[in-house]
Amino acid sequence: MTIGSVPVKFRISVDHDQCMLCGRCVENCPYDVFRLENGKIHVNSRKCVACHRCIAMCPRDAINIRERPVDYRSHPVWTTEVREAIYNQARTGKIILAGMGNAKPYPVIFDSLVLDACQVTNPSIDPLREPMELRTYLGKKPSRLETREHDGDVEVLTTLSPNLQLETPIMIGHMSYGAISLNAQASIARAVFETGTFMGTGEGGLHQSLYPYQDHMIVQVASGRFGVDINYLERGAAIEIKIGQGAKPGIGGHLPGEKVCEDVSCTRMIPVGSDAISPAPHHDIYSIEDLKQLVRSLKEATEWKKPVFVKIAAVHNSAAIAAGIARSAADAVVIDGFRGGTGAAPRVFRDHVGIPVEAAIASVDAKLRSQGIRNEVSLIASGGIRESADVAKVIALGADAVYIGTAALVAMGCRVCGTCYRGLCPWGIATQRPDLVARLDPEIASRNVANLIHAWTLELSELMGAAGINSIESLRGNRDRLRGYLLDESIMKVLDVKPVGA
Amino acid sequence: MSSQWGPDAVMDRVRIDAAGMHYTPLNRAIRSAVEEGAREIEIYHVMGQRFIADGLKGDVTLIIHGVPGGDLGMFMSGPTAIVHGNCDHAPGNTMDSGLIVIHGSAGDAVAHSMRGGKVFVRDSIGYRGGIHMKQYRDKCPILVVGGSFRAFLGEYMAGGLILALGPPTNSPIRERGIGSGIHGGRIIIRGDVDDEYLGVGATKSPLSRGEKEEISPLIQEFASCFRIDPDVLLEDSYVQIRPSSSRPFASKYTWE
Repeated sequence: MTIGSVPVKFRISVDHDQCMLCGRCVENCPYDVFRLENGKIHVNSRKCVACHRCIAMCPRDAINIRERPVDYRSHPVWTTEVREAIYNQARTGKIILAGMGNAKPYPVIFDSLVLDACQVTNPSIDPLREPMELRTYLGKKPSRLETREHDGDVEVLTTLSPNLQLETPIMIGHMSYGAISLNAQASIARAVFETGTFMGTGEGGLHQSLYPYQDHMIVQVASGRFGVDINYLERGAAIEIKIGQGAKPGIGGHLPGEKVCEDVSCTRMIPVGSDAISPAPHHDIYSIEDLKQLVRSLKEATEWKKPVFVKIAAVHNSAAIAAGIARSAADAVVIDGFRGGTGAAPRVFRDHVGIPVEAAIASVDAKLRSQGIRNEVSLIASGGIRESADVAKVIALGADAVYIGTAALVAMGCRVCGTCYRGLCPWGIATQRPDLVARLDPEIASRNVANLIHAWTLELSELMGAAGINSIESLRGNRDRLRGYLLDESIMKVLDVKPVGA
Repeated sequence: MSSQWGPDAVMDRVRIDAAGMHYTPLNRAIRSAVEEGAREIEIYHVMGQRFIADGLKGDVTLIIHGVPGGDLGMFMSGPTAIVHGNCDHAPGNTMDSGLIVIHGSAGDAVAHSMRGGKVFVRDSIGYRGGIHMKQYRDKCPILVVGGSFRAFLGEYMAGGLILALGPPTNSPIRERGIGSGIHGGRIIIRGDVDDEYLGVGATKSPLSRGEKEEISPLIQEFASCFRIDPDVLLEDSYVQIRPSSSRPFASKYTWE
C-alpha cells in the first residue's frame, strides 16, 4: 500500500437513458471494460485504453470517455506521465514498454515550415487541366549516359541499375505480419497494388496469400533474418536491409511468443509460441564495409535484378552514415525519423532517442550532394508523415519518396491508442486473435487505404500546381519553396531554408 | 582427367578455373552450368571470391579447390559444397538446405542464421559460430566442428544443433559466452565445460546415453566425411547446453 492505486487514465460513462442494452460494447471490447448485469451496462474504467471501439459501435452514442478525469497537483516538471512511470517502475523494476510513436511534445518542424504559391509573376498550374508528373523512380541513376546513334535511333550503352516505378511518391512502410494481422497486410497490399505504389513486408516473411501482390512488395531482411530464404528474396520487387528503426534506434525487436501463432510461425519460419528475437545489430555487419557485403550478397543472390534499400534510424550522424551507405552498392536509403511508429518499444527509446526526419533528410541530402553522389541512391523519408503537406515538405527538403505507417493504420480504423503491444487490437490491426482479426474486412480496408493514398496524391498535385511546379522532380530538394516560420537560425541552417519574409 | 568421361558425363561434370575471376561471373558460370544439368562442378584456383553459390538452388555438388571468401553458400537451397581448403567468415549464412563440408578451418559467424542443412568443419571455427541458428518443422540446421571454437558459440541460438567434437584433452578453446541469449536448439560439446564459460540464459547438463545414441549417426557421418576414426568420438562423454527459457525477454518489460 506504499504507493496505492493511481488514478484511472480514462473514465467511461454510459448514458443509461440512451443505452438500449444491445451489448455491442460488451462484445466489442477485448479489454473487458463492459459487462451487462441486471439489465444495466456496468463499466470498469481502469481497463480502458481509449481505443474507441465501443464509441464507434454504440448505435445510440451512449458512451463517453474522458481522459485523465482525476487531476494530480499540476507541475510543469513532475508531469503526470513522469510520476506514473516512476510508480510503475517502483512496483515492477522493469523497462516500460510502449506503443506507437514518440509521445513527447517536441515541436514538429513540419508545422513550422510553410509552402510557397505563385502570384502574378509565375502562373500556377491547374492540375485538372494540365498533366502533373508524380511518377517517381527509386534506385541508382547513372551520373552520365553513353549513347550511340544509328539511323536516327539512339541506343543507350550505359548499363542501367534496376529502379522501382511508383505512380505516387507515397509508399507504405514495413509493418510485419506478426506486428499486424494478415488482414491488415492484405488490405495494404491491395491498396498499393491499386494505386501503383509499394509496401514493405517488415521482418516477418511473406505470407503465401500475398504472393499475388509480390510485385508491389519490398521484402525486408533484418537482423533476425525471419522468413528469409531465396524464394522470399526472389519474390520481392526490391529488398530492404533494416539496420534501425526510428521508434527505437539502436535496439532490436522482440515479437512476443503469444503473437507467434501457427500462421505467423509459418511465414517467420520459427516454432509456434517462441519469441522472435531480432538482435540489435546484424551479426555480419559491424562496419560500412560489412554492410556493403550484405548488400552485395543480396544482389548476387538475386542476380543483380533488384534494387536493395538500406533503412536506418535518423540519428545524430545520419548524414555521414548515409554517405557510407551510398557507396555500398545500395540503391536507396530510408531515413526513419524519431516519430516513427512501432508495435512495441521501450518508452525511453520511443520518446528520447533519435532525431526528427525533417532535419535528417535535409542533412543527408546536403551531404550526398556535396560529395557528388546524390544520384547513387534515392532517399525515402519515414517516421511521422501525417498528411500530404508533410509529403510535399519532406520532398522539398530532399526526399524522393515517403513511407507512411501509422497514417495507413489510421485509415483502417486505428485510433492511435498506443496499446499495440498487448496484441488485443479491437480494430483487427495489431492482433493475431482470430475473432479480432476477422473484424477487419480487407475489401473495405483496402479501399480506405487506397482512398487515403489517392487523396494525398491529389492534394500533392494541387500544392505543386499552386507553386507552378508540374513534376515531382522539380519539387525534390527545392528548398526555395519552403520558408521557416519561427524556426531558430541554427535549425534553418541545417534545413537550408530561409525565414518567412526573406 | 576429362579423357575418361563419356560425352554424357561431360554434360553433368563441369570444371571452372576461377583464377582471377570476379565472384559475379563465377556465380553466373555456376548457375548456367546448373541450368544445363551439371551434377558436379569442380572449381579450381578459388582465391577469396565471396558469395560462391549465393542463393543457389538445385541438386548439384560443388567441389571447391582453394580458399573461398565470405558468405559461401549464403541463402543456398539444396546443393552440396565441398571445400578443399579453409573458408573465410560465415559459410552457410542464412542457408536454407544443403551441405557444406570444409576440409580445413573457417572464420567467424559460421552458419549464421542458418535454418536448414548441414555445415561440417574439419578443423576450427572463429567467434560466434552458429549464431542465431533457427529451426522450423522438418528443418533443423546442424553445425559440426571437429576442432576448437572461439567465444560466443551459439549466441542467440533459436534452434538447430551445434556439435563441437574438439578433443577435450587438447584444449579446444573454451571461451566465454557459450550459448549467450540461447532460446532454442542445443549445443553439444565433447568433454565438459566449466559453468563460468556459459553465456546468459544457457544451462548445462550431461548428455544421456539415449541422447548420445541419437547423435551417433551424425558423428559417424562427420567422421566418414573426413576419414577419421569415429570410435573415440563415440566413446567419449558429452555435455549439452540448452536454453533455460524459450522466452528470455518475457519478464523484462512492464506495460506503459
